[in-house]
This record gives sequence, structure tokens and C-alpha cells, in this order.
Amino acid sequence: MLALILLLALATPFLPLQDPNATATAERFARPLSPDHLLGTDHLGRDLLARLVHGTRLSLAMGLAAALLAAVLGSILGIVAGFLGGRADNLIMRGIDMLMGFPYVLLALAIVAALGPGLVNALIAVAAVNMPFFARNIRGVTVALAGREFVDAARLSGMGNLRIMAVEILPNVLPVIVIALTTTTGWMILETAGLSFLGLGSQPPQADLGSMLGEARAALISHPHVAVVPGVMIFLVVMSINLFGDGVRDALDPRLGAGAPTRPLPATVVDRTGPPPPSQAGHGALLAIDDLRTEFRIGRRVLPAAGGVSLSLGRGEALGLVGESGSGKSVTALSVMRLVASPPGVIAGGTVRLDDTEVLDAPLRILRGLRGRRVAYVFQDPQGTLHPLYRIGEQLTEAIRAHQPMSLQAARARAIELLRDVRMPRPEDRIDDYPHQLSGGQRQRVGIAMALANDPDVIMADEPTTALDVTVQAQILALLDQLRRERGLAILFITHDFGVVAQLCERLAVMYAGRIVEEGPTAEVLAAPAHPYTRRLIACVPAPGAGRRRLETIPGLPPPLDALPPGCAFAPRCHRARPACSDGEVVLRRTGMRAVRCLYPEAAA
Amino acid sequence: MGGYILRRLIAAVPVLLGITVIVFLVMSLIPGDPATAILGAYATPENVEKLNRDLGLDRPMVERYVIWLGNMLQGDFGRSFSRNRPVIDEVAERFSATLVLAGTSFVLCAFFGIIAGVISAVRQYGFADRLITFAVLVGISVPPFFLGMIMILVFAVHLRWLPVSGMYAIYGGGDLADLLRHLVMPALALAAVAAGVVARLARSAMLEVLRQDHIRTARAKGLPERRVILGHALRSAMVSIIPVLGLQAGFVLSGAVYIETVFQWPGVGRMLVDAILTRDLMLVQGGVVLVAAAYVLFNIAVDVAQALLDPRIKT
Repeated sequence: MLALILLLALATPFLPLQDPNATATAERFARPLSPDHLLGTDHLGRDLLARLVHGTRLSLAMGLAAALLAAVLGSILGIVAGFLGGRADNLIMRGIDMLMGFPYVLLALAIVAALGPGLVNALIAVAAVNMPFFARNIRGVTVALAGREFVDAARLSGMGNLRIMAVEILPNVLPVIVIALTTTTGWMILETAGLSFLGLGSQPPQADLGSMLGEARAALISHPHVAVVPGVMIFLVVMSINLFGDGVRDALDPRLGAGAPTRPLPATVVDRTGPPPPSQAGHGALLAIDDLRTEFRIGRRVLPAAGGVSLSLGRGEALGLVGESGSGKSVTALSVMRLVASPPGVIAGGTVRLDDTEVLDAPLRILRGLRGRRVAYVFQDPQGTLHPLYRIGEQLTEAIRAHQPMSLQAARARAIELLRDVRMPRPEDRIDDYPHQLSGGQRQRVGIAMALANDPDVIMADEPTTALDVTVQAQILALLDQLRRERGLAILFITHDFGVVAQLCERLAVMYAGRIVEEGPTAEVLAAPAHPYTRRLIACVPAPGAGRRRLETIPGLPPPLDALPPGCAFAPRCHRARPACSDGEVVLRRTGMRAVRCLYPEAAA
Repeated sequence: MGGYILRRLIAAVPVLLGITVIVFLVMSLIPGDPATAILGAYATPENVEKLNRDLGLDRPMVERYVIWLGNMLQGDFGRSFSRNRPVIDEVAERFSATLVLAGTSFVLCAFFGIIAGVISAVRQYGFADRLITFAVLVGISVPPFFLGMIMILVFAVHLRWLPVSGMYAIYGGGDLADLLRHLVMPALALAAVAAGVVARLARSAMLEVLRQDHIRTARAKGLPERRVILGHALRSAMVSIIPVLGLQAGFVLSGAVYIETVFQWPGVGRMLVDAILTRDLMLVQGGVVLVAAAYVLFNIAVDVAQALLDPRIKT
């Protein structure tokens, strides 16, 4: 479309058109599709098609010229201000701010008023009005560039400022200039057409699309086609330029592209094939996760973050879920209440049962009733997980009132009580603070208070102490442990820290590449790990009082999730691996309280 | 908060001064002298010289600026020769008409723009999103004056639902209902572009916020989705939407120039265009300064709203 219009504009002088300015009053206001005039004629009997083509050419030329002029001037100012900094920067930017203090047409009008109506003056006015936009953007980018090493290097090599700006800075800001140019050109065509429309741009008999519209306004009601023809043309030109601009921006600025993961959906999409698997935990478990498969579908790639996870949690039990980052611990926990960001997250298989009732296919209304009331979450980063613009009291009362209808005052009293339960100092004062006014440990206490708001049965604690310093960590752990004992809470404790697990959990499960590789009572597993991965993971942790011991690391990296090796995913990094390990699926074998997914476990488990 | 507002007002003084300097400089670019423009081409040289002296135009530029500024501070913006009345009276009358139009449009563009952006974000890549994205593209590509003309053709001429133009009916009008009937089309035409820009921004701001962890927390609490979107996500998104609303106020005020021309709305934009065409420079000068000053004050109001919304901004 854009190419077509551009071609048309370029080819105008060679087209067999009638003279756009030849008047023929006898034929005024001819209807479109009349024999001599394809689009009809205007109030002076001039051929509209010819005028349209010439007008388009003129409008395009004006808009592009204005855009280029604004871009060149603005970029020069922006680069100079950004590169030199200091007083020059201050002076230029204050001036730019002044210009931006005007509603833009007002300034354009003032300039046209001073210079007098006319095509070139309108062009200057539009360029002047848009220049600040370029200057600001370019300055921002230049400031960032000016501090970079290659600029220092250029300076040391004796280049003059002017040369550095032209040779080093300009090529680097060029993409920004191009983006700004393509996204504003359509706008500037509109503006120049607007000034012409007001009679301040192109003067008769020369006409661009804007002045054609302006002239047609007088006869709008009697002969609408004279106005519609140029109006539609402006619209098409500007729209195609805008579309083109969007395309250029997406191509040059991948940050804004469509591939970015987003999370607009209220619950993770469930797209299960096949019948739900039977529960392995047997009845009576509070929470039973069976063969849970959660994947991220990004374009054509499918990343199985949880590849068939089974876990169960009894009332009042604390289970530690251990693994490296990316092993699927958090995804497993979030899948329980369908909180995995979706898209791209999809629950592709398995079941989650709460008191023997399947929750994954529960309607959103039911699910919402479970979230926070039966199963509550405490997240890792208390900075990001609290809403920055609400007082913590508001966030707590909101959590309470989501499940327990009560007055604001009652909820507030309850919120203070909760803050006291989590040992928040001076809860009556703190309740009116915003999250940014609290320390990290205090914010995490608020996070825990919020999770406790509705006396849940299960708390999913997703690395709740990782972001905190060690003394605060110990306090938070002690608090969670105490609350568990007092209230009979079941806790799924996600961490990569065996020390924390040892302190808090009776049982632990180890995850690797989306699967559970070992499970068992904490003391037994720590004392005699069966899976080589567990053993090496424990060896990575410095044990206090264990004397001088070489801290081990695990060679290699976890495999990418969309290219898992066949068989045991740990085999490529395992010192005990034999060919059979990579032959086929390795199952999780249970022996009493313990389970291990390994063909050649360490010692006899 | 009161101290913050006061500080912002004081900080606006240099900006306002800068605006008067820019206007003054631009106006002194004018080739030829205003006296000739006022008296016409056939004026005798003595008369031109006398008028120049009366207008103070024979003095140095800096002195002229100081006198002009001093007069403005006393509320004297000079006299419009084409209307033959003080500039301030003319501008005040016209500006109130513009405020009615631009204010309505601003509210419309903010309201519909934000709603469209929110729906678009929540239904990302869904049908509603595609429809809104397309409508936004159309909205920001159509010239406002052309949109106004089309609306006149369709709603006033063809359907005869609404009056063609003006602010009040010439006979028997003048009440609020009459004003509203005249206001509908120009306000909508004026709001279209700005609403498109707001919707675009609101969509990307919402998508950005919906990805943040505190939204997951809100959902984990078991809040109704409505509350998650409108209470939590939109509240955060507003922090980046409000500054753009401030910019849009400038666009709406600017677009009013075209729309007032199309709909014969007796506003300040139409007045400025007429003043330029008749070279009534006192009126242009005074009008531009006053409208720009109003715009600066409005932007302070926007900043204050921003500070009220975001407790992290130091007030």
C-alpha cells in the first residue's frame, strides 16, 4: 500500500493526467465516474483525480521534508546536549522543555503567524514543533552512550569532540532516529495537511491534500465527494505510514516485539490429554499432586518445566522441595493453584487433588475460593510481590475480605492481629506504611501474614528466605516452624538450601530437570543420599563443624528443557552413569519411605 | 502535599517566562512592521511612524519585551484591532468555549482510551484485542478535521440526528441540552486520535504490569479477577498512563483548532487562525501566551495527581 502510494507520487509527472489547475466552471462539481473525470471535479471544475495525485505528492513531500528537518535538527541538538553534558546540556534541554510547554499546534500557529501563511513556512513550523521530541529521545540515548568505553577510547586516541559525535555516536543512535522518524512521519503529514486545511499552508492554486479538504468544506453538504476523496487519501497515506512505522519499530526494537512472555490470564491454561492418572498417595493425603506436567509453550518450542511430578502432603506436614534454579520446583508449586504465568504456561497433564477433590478442572470461581483460603503462597521476593501503591494494611484487609465478609474496621483489627502473629514490631503503626517503607524482613513478614489471613491448610513457601540476609532468614524460618506447630499448617517449602530443609522439614524431595529424582525422610536422605545428584548437591553445601572438607561442585550444567537427553537427565553429568542410564525412561522406585529415580543408586537404599 | 504544589507552582514561573520569551522572539521575526499591517498599504509614512511610537515599537527589543511582560502581569494583554476590544476579554470568552469542548474530549479520550487499552491487554491476541488494535490504528491515522466532516455528513446531513455546527442553536437554543447536542460530534471527533494514543499506551502499560509478581500475589490471595485487573493492575498502570494523559491534553487542545474550524465552534483555536489570517498579532500573541499558561498549569495538576497516586514520589 505504502509502496503503491509512493510509486504513484514519484510517477506523477509522467502520468497522462489532466492539468490539476485547469478550471472549467461549466463542469463544476461533476460527480465521480463521470465520463471525463473519473473522480469528478471540484468547485472550479478542476479534475479531482489529477488534483488528488498532485496533492498526494505534495503532502508526502511536505510531511517527509518536515520529518527529516525535525529529525536532523533534533538529533544534532540531542547528540550535542547528551555528549557535552554540563552547561550546554542544561541550556539546550531547558530550551527544549520550554518548547514542549506549548500545546504543539499553538506553537506552529505562532510561527506561521510570524512568517506568514505559506507552504514552506508551514513546513518549518511543523518541523520546529516536532524537533523537541527528537532532541529528547536522542539525548537520552546519547547520554547512555557517552559514558561507554569505546567513546573514552576514541577520546584517548585524540579524536576531537565533533569527530567523536559524527563517527562514534551517530551510527549508534541511528536506529533510534529511524524509529522516531518512521513513527512520527505519519503524524507530521497530518499536521502539515492540517495547517493547509486551515488555510495557513499551501496557497491556491497549488493544493496539497489538506488544502483540498479545506476548500471542499464550503461545499461539504451539497457535494461531499470533493471532500471525501482527499480525506480518504490522507487517511490511507497516514495509516500505511503508521503500519510501516510499527513494522520498523518491531524490527529494530525487539524489546517491544511479540515474543515477550506475558501473563494476562487469571489462571494457567489446562490442556490435558488422556485420562487423569490415579492417585499414588492413596486417600487421606491433604494435597496430592500426581504426574503433573506443566510446560511453557513459546512459539514452536515446548519447555516441559514439570515433567510428571508426583508429591503428597499430609496435614501439618512440612515437605522440602529441593533443586537448582530451573529444576521446576516453583512451577510445580504454582501449578497447584494454576498460578503459572499463562501464556506461555500450560498444564498439559496430571492432577492436583485437595482432600481427594480434583482442583485443576474446577471452574475459576471455585478455584478463586481455594486460593488464599485453603492454599496460600509466600513468595521469594517480598519487594516485587507486594503491590507498591497500596498500604500494607489495605493489602492485608483485602486478602481477609476476599474470603471472609466483614467490615473494614473488623478486617483492620484482624490485620493488626496478623501482623502481631508474625512478630511485626509496632503493628499499629506499620499497618499504614507502604511496602517501600519496610525492610526486606518486614516485607516478608507481611507476605506471611497475608498468607495466614484466612487460616489456610497449606502454605506454599517459594524460597521465602532467599532474598533475606542470614539473621533475618533464621527468624523467618523459626516463625514459619512455630506457626506450623501452632496451627497444624502443611508447608511445601521450596529451597535450594539443605540447611533450611534440615531445620524445618520432616521429609524432602529433590528435583532435577523437571522431575523428582529422590524422596524420603530428611534425616535419612541427608545421611545416605541414594541418587548421585542428591549426593553431589549435598556435598556442595558447606557444613558447619564438619571440619576441613573440600567443597565440591557438579561439573556441567543442567540440560536445556526442550532438549532433555533420553533416560536419566542427569546421566551426562553423572560419574556413575553407564550406557543403560540413557537407554530409556528411568522410573522412580519406591522402597518404604524412600524413593529414587536411579538405576545404580549410591549405596543400597 | 500543599508544599509540593507550591514548589511545583514556583518551578513553573521560569517556564512561563520562557514561554513569553519564545512568543516574543517568534513575533519579532515578523517581516515588515505591524503598523503597516494595521494601517494598510496606503498609510502615510507619518502615520506609520506615529503609530509605531504609540505602540512603543521604536524602542529596543529588550525594553519592548519588559514593557510587554509588565503589562501582561497587570492583566493588560493589549488590544485586538480586528475585534476592537481588549485581547484578554476576547481570549477569556473564546477560551471558555474551547474548555467546554476540549475538556469533554479529554474526559472521553481518557475514559474510552483506558477502557479499550485494558480490554485489549486482558484479551491479548484475542478477537477484542485485534478489533481494538485495528480501531486504534484507524483512530490515529484519520485526520481529525476529516473525521469531523464525515460525522457532519452522516449524523447531521443524512440522519439529521444532530445539528451541523455551532455551539448553540441560533433560535431558541442556549440551554444545557442544546449545548450537549452541539457538543457530541466535535467532542467525539476531537477525542478519537487522543483516545487511540491512550489506548495503545494503556494496553502496553497493562501488559507490562500484568507480568509483575504482585499481580500473581493478588491472584494467589484469591481476589476476584475484576479486582485484580481494575484494582491492582490498572492502579499500577496508571502511573505510566497519567503522564501521557498530560501530553494528550496538549493534543486535544491542539486538535481543537481544527475541530473548531470544522464545526464553527466559537473557541480560541478558531480565533487564533482568524487572527493570523487578518494579521491581528496582538491577539495571536496574547492568545498563545494565555493558552500556553493554562496548559502549563494543567500539567502541574497532572503531576500532582501522579504524586497522589504513587506514594514513592517524594512530595
